[in-house]
Amino acid sequence: MPKVTLRRAGFDTVLDAAEGTSVMQVATANGVHEILAVCGGEMACATCHVYVEDGPLDALPPIGDEEEDMLGFVAAPRESNSRLSCQLLMTSATDGLVVRVAPRQE
Amino acid sequence: MTDVVIVGGGQAGCQVAASLREEGFAGNIVMIGAEEHLPYQRPPLSKAHLAGSVTRERLFLRAQSWFAEAGVELHRGRSVESIDRAARKIRLSDGEVMGYDVLVLATGGRHREIVLPGRDLAGVLSLRTLAEAEAMRERLEAAGHVVVVGGGFIGLEVAATAAAMGRTTTVLELAPRLMGRVLSAATAEFLLQSHRTRGVRVELSASVTELLGTGGQVTAVATTSGEQLPADLVVLGVGALAEDALAGAAGLATDNGILVDEFLRTSDAAVYAVGDCARAPSRWAGGSAVRLESVQNAVEQARCAARDIVGRSEPYCAVPWFWSDQGDVKLQIAGLTQGHDTTVTVGAVDQGAFSVWCFAGGRLVGVESVNQVKEHLTARKILAAGVAVGPETVGEAGFSAKSLLVF
Ligand SMILES: Cc1cc2nc3c(=O)[nH]c(=O)nc-3n(C[C@H](O)[C@H](O)[C@H](O)COP(=O)(O)OP(=O)(O)OC[C@H]3O[C@@H](n4cnc5c(N)ncnc54)[C@H](O)[C@@H]3O)c2cc1C
Ligand code: FES
Repeated sequence: MPKVTLRRAGFDTVLDAAEGTSVMQVATANGVHEILAVCGGEMACATCHVYVEDGPLDALPPIGDEEEDMLGFVAAPRESNSRLSCQLLMTSATDGLVVRVAPRQE
Repeated sequence: MTDVVIVGGGQAGCQVAASLREEGFAGNIVMIGAEEHLPYQRPPLSKAHLAGSVTRERLFLRAQSWFAEAGVELHRGRSVESIDRAARKIRLSDGEVMGYDVLVLATGGRHREIVLPGRDLAGVLSLRTLAEAEAMRERLEAAGHVVVVGGGFIGLEVAATAAAMGRTTTVLELAPRLMGRVLSAATAEFLLQSHRTRGVRVELSASVTELLGTGGQVTAVATTSGEQLPADLVVLGVGALAEDALAGAAGLATDNGILVDEFLRTSDAAVYAVGDCARAPSRWAGGSAVRLESVQNAVEQARCAARDIVGRSEPYCAVPWFWSDQGDVKLQIAGLTQGHDTTVTVGAVDQGAFSVWCFAGGRLVGVESVNQVKEHLTARKILAAGVAVGPETVGEAGFSAKSLLVF
């Protein structure tokens, strides 16, 4: 199973992700409560903000138009490596992804 | 140690448990859900999950292991039958009795039923639970003709999904327009046209007289206009009622929902109610009590109740918002638009990207956005900040919602 690392203030959590699940799902399923993900991944809430820090960056899908719009409304500062974690699907190609969880989602 | 017992394992119940732990609550948490499944999200049931593109596993709100790790005792497939408030005990359907210090009712809603000849035929389905969605998907895969009774959000989402799967799809709506009570005329009209363009037949002011069948299986829907529409799947989507009977029987105040204050407390200080089953005073409705059926409301009320339980009380006043995906239409609503008297449409209706700003007495009450995520998020901020804006400003040429946020 591909692995994703969720980095929070001071500690990392390495989680297994079933093929095709999003980073957001992996996070919420495992109680990473900073990721609110109110809309459950339907691109309606902008409360699943992460910063992509390391790993197979080239394997990630490019930021879509809607995602771009929503990133303009995230609560923590938007950076060049900001993503909505519900748009990051885990596959063997994204194994080893490291994301930092945005400290504030709303 | 305080024992919190949560009745209902849906979006709101699950969030109460999670938020209690986030708030540092150290007591016992017991969650009792009538459904067999782990707590799951419902929105995809009428959209991606119905279409088959999102698997069941991806609907679950928390992994099984989370409950053990967080120390949340989850009972599945068990329901609470009565509450003895004097003794602070609940009784389950299998006879077990459990005590509580604090009880949270998160019982959700149930289908509004319609009395109709043929209602019990096979192939006549409603949609609220995962089990119902999976039964519906099975039917939908084999169906040629789908008839949706009721042009509300869920009915229209199912219709869009069915049409996208190539089924002959008809929506029958009793009212002269779609979602007359909840949407502005402009947005309702746009939705009507977009469903028709997508090949969905939508009949307004249309009502069903009877469901016809052979061998116990539905075959057609008879309407008041005398037509018989062939159907091998009939979806009843005529709305939901609060699941407030348990509370009512326990003597808690109910009236189209369990009545709560702005801290989600019921008429008994040891009992809270959150989510679809609760009716709470809302500053977005001029202080009157409203019952909202949305994920946002379920999640935020749950968080608010959890904070109150641990003694960090804050009144519930989050800006209500809602979304609905219908084919390629992403509708988002910020605020409560019911009761508006004036609307201003900004954007291009013909291109399917616009927002309808709704005012009551010159005051902004809500904004409906179609395929305009940015406008929706801006509107939420404007409402939250209480920016005073009238229809004249919004109606000006070159109006930019964002400019309202620059102080
Ligand atoms: C098909 C569908 C699509 C939707 N789409 C959207 C959308 O796009 N956007 C949006 O914002 N909202 C949407 N919603 C609404 C949203 O899902 C609800 O508002 C939300 O689920 C409410 O959460 P809840 O916990 O209050 O109730 P529920 O999720 O209904 O959970 C209540 C649970 O309590 C259980 N229960 C009830 N009584 C008892 C008892 N006595 N003992 C034990 N358990 C009990 C029930 O079995 C149920 O599992 C949709 C709803 C449906 C059904
Ligand atoms: S979970 Fe809502 S936008 Fe990602």
